[in-house]
Amino acid sequence: MNKKKVYPYWFLLVPLVLYALFFLLPSLLGIFYSFTDWNSRTVDDLHFVGLKNYIEIFASDKDYLSGIGHTLMFTIVSNIVKLIPALFLAVMLQEGLRGKNIYRTLLYLPSILPFVIIGIVFRSVLNYNNGLLNSVLEFLQLGFLKQKWLSDLGVVWKSIVGVDAWRGIGYVMTIFIAGLGAIPKTYYEAAQIDGANFWQRLRHITLPMLSGSIMINLVFGITYGLKVFDIIYVLTNGGPGHATEVMTTYSYQMYANGQYGMSVAFNTILLIITAVVGVFIVRTMSKKEVQQ
Amino acid sequence: MKKKINVVLKQLCCIVLCLIVIAPFYMVLINSFKPKAEASRMSLALPTKWMFNNYTEVIEKGKLVQGFFNSLEYAAIATLVGVIGAAMAAYVMSRRRTKLNNFLYYFVLCGLFFPVNYVTLVKVLSTFQLNDTRVGIILAFTSAMIPFCVFTIYSFVSTVPVELDEAAVIDGAGPVTLFFKIIVPMLKPTLVTCFILQFMSVWSDFLTPLYLSSKSRLFPMTMAVYQFFGKNTNYWNYIFADIVLTCIPVVIVYLLGQKYIIGGLTSGAVKE
Repeated sequence: MNKKKVYPYWFLLVPLVLYALFFLLPSLLGIFYSFTDWNSRTVDDLHFVGLKNYIEIFASDKDYLSGIGHTLMFTIVSNIVKLIPALFLAVMLQEGLRGKNIYRTLLYLPSILPFVIIGIVFRSVLNYNNGLLNSVLEFLQLGFLKQKWLSDLGVVWKSIVGVDAWRGIGYVMTIFIAGLGAIPKTYYEAAQIDGANFWQRLRHITLPMLSGSIMINLVFGITYGLKVFDIIYVLTNGGPGHATEVMTTYSYQMYANGQYGMSVAFNTILLIITAVVGVFIVRTMSKKEVQQ
Repeated sequence: MKKKINVVLKQLCCIVLCLIVIAPFYMVLINSFKPKAEASRMSLALPTKWMFNNYTEVIEKGKLVQGFFNSLEYAAIATLVGVIGAAMAAYVMSRRRTKLNNFLYYFVLCGLFFPVNYVTLVKVLSTFQLNDTRVGIILAFTSAMIPFCVFTIYSFVSTVPVELDEAAVIDGAGPVTLFFKIIVPMLKPTLVTCFILQFMSVWSDFLTPLYLSSKSRLFPMTMAVYQFFGKNTNYWNYIFADIVLTCIPVVIVYLLGQKYIIGGLTSGAVKE
């Protein structure tokens, strides 16, 4: 069979051209423009300014650095908060609970909804005076737990991470359930005969056999966390002050202000961070492929 | 006995979690039928007076019909082109594992990680005179979904036996016939999963239209809702009705396609 004829290269043409032109090219152009003074007034009259935009980000007193810090913090915390409970939930449901399918359908439901919608709904739920959360706390005689969820500096990140977990746990759980389904039951039976307890089974059977699902969840979770925008934009818009600003919200603000050079500089820093993470993940993935 | 307590505890835990998930939905739904003052109290009580005209009002004021058709157009066309294109690419890359194809595969996978640079994307689109047009928005969506689709479909192609290709070629099928008549039906489960997942993610997307469309007649539903929310911050009855209407299409797609989503996540995620 002539592979060249049966699997022609022109099949690759449309997707690769689209991807290169409207995805990769903008990223590369972004690197170039991050060294210029591109803004809404200098469209035809660009100047190279060297590292000026980056110096502004890393050395000015405008707190841009905290945006980078918040992005990394959110990525780590939101993944921990979603992955660990989701794993236990998946194990629990997988062990054959009555109503398993209904629970799974319901818990997955939030992750299909647009972030904008979730943001607006939780603007209402977390409202201090009338919001559902504070009303429920009051009803349960837990009024002392009431908070200004979205305006108190000490609480606002917890609220964002909480809303994110509310949306994301079902998705992570579903991928774990799929992975658990692929583990042969006989392994557990053998472990039971040997007298292994729950934690030993988790540590020595479940976790190693789940490495594929854990990997997928981490890849999606990390890339999502680094690029998070919608939920923060709608819930707090970076506020109060700049307390919940992340890289993408700064980038959007700069764009809206016409400071395009600064905006793409932020995007380039994000690109570098995701590239480092991506190379690391792809390396691990291809190593695994070789082993098999 | 111990086992029974265990089961009860687990059931309780699941029920509480489901209540936490459902409560906001219920709150939104019930308050969307209340008069303005009552809705802004956001309680879980039934409305004293059922205001069904909240909905008719919102459809008119919120430009929801236009938003709905924009969303539908973007999601349907972008996803169709994206999934079929990605399937063709993934198929050739997987069947012909040359050095070049391997490189191209990882080249495309970069897109799983990189952020889209919308500022320069606007610039690229305007050099093609596509900025602020439907075609531009659709192309942006299509390009952004290609890495995910290629990644998901690629691992699936190798489960389709090569003998099928050989038999078809002997029978005189050309590459196009072979792909669309033999391979596509075999790939159907993954393709459907990709289609549903990407359709829903385009439907939910907010960032792309935020950067790429300045004309309100190009706004998809998410943008229309957000704008409406900004203009009518105190009219929670309308906002809630608006939210319900925006959610209905995705919830329907989810309930219809649930089998494929969960099955597809299984095959894409877990097959090693």
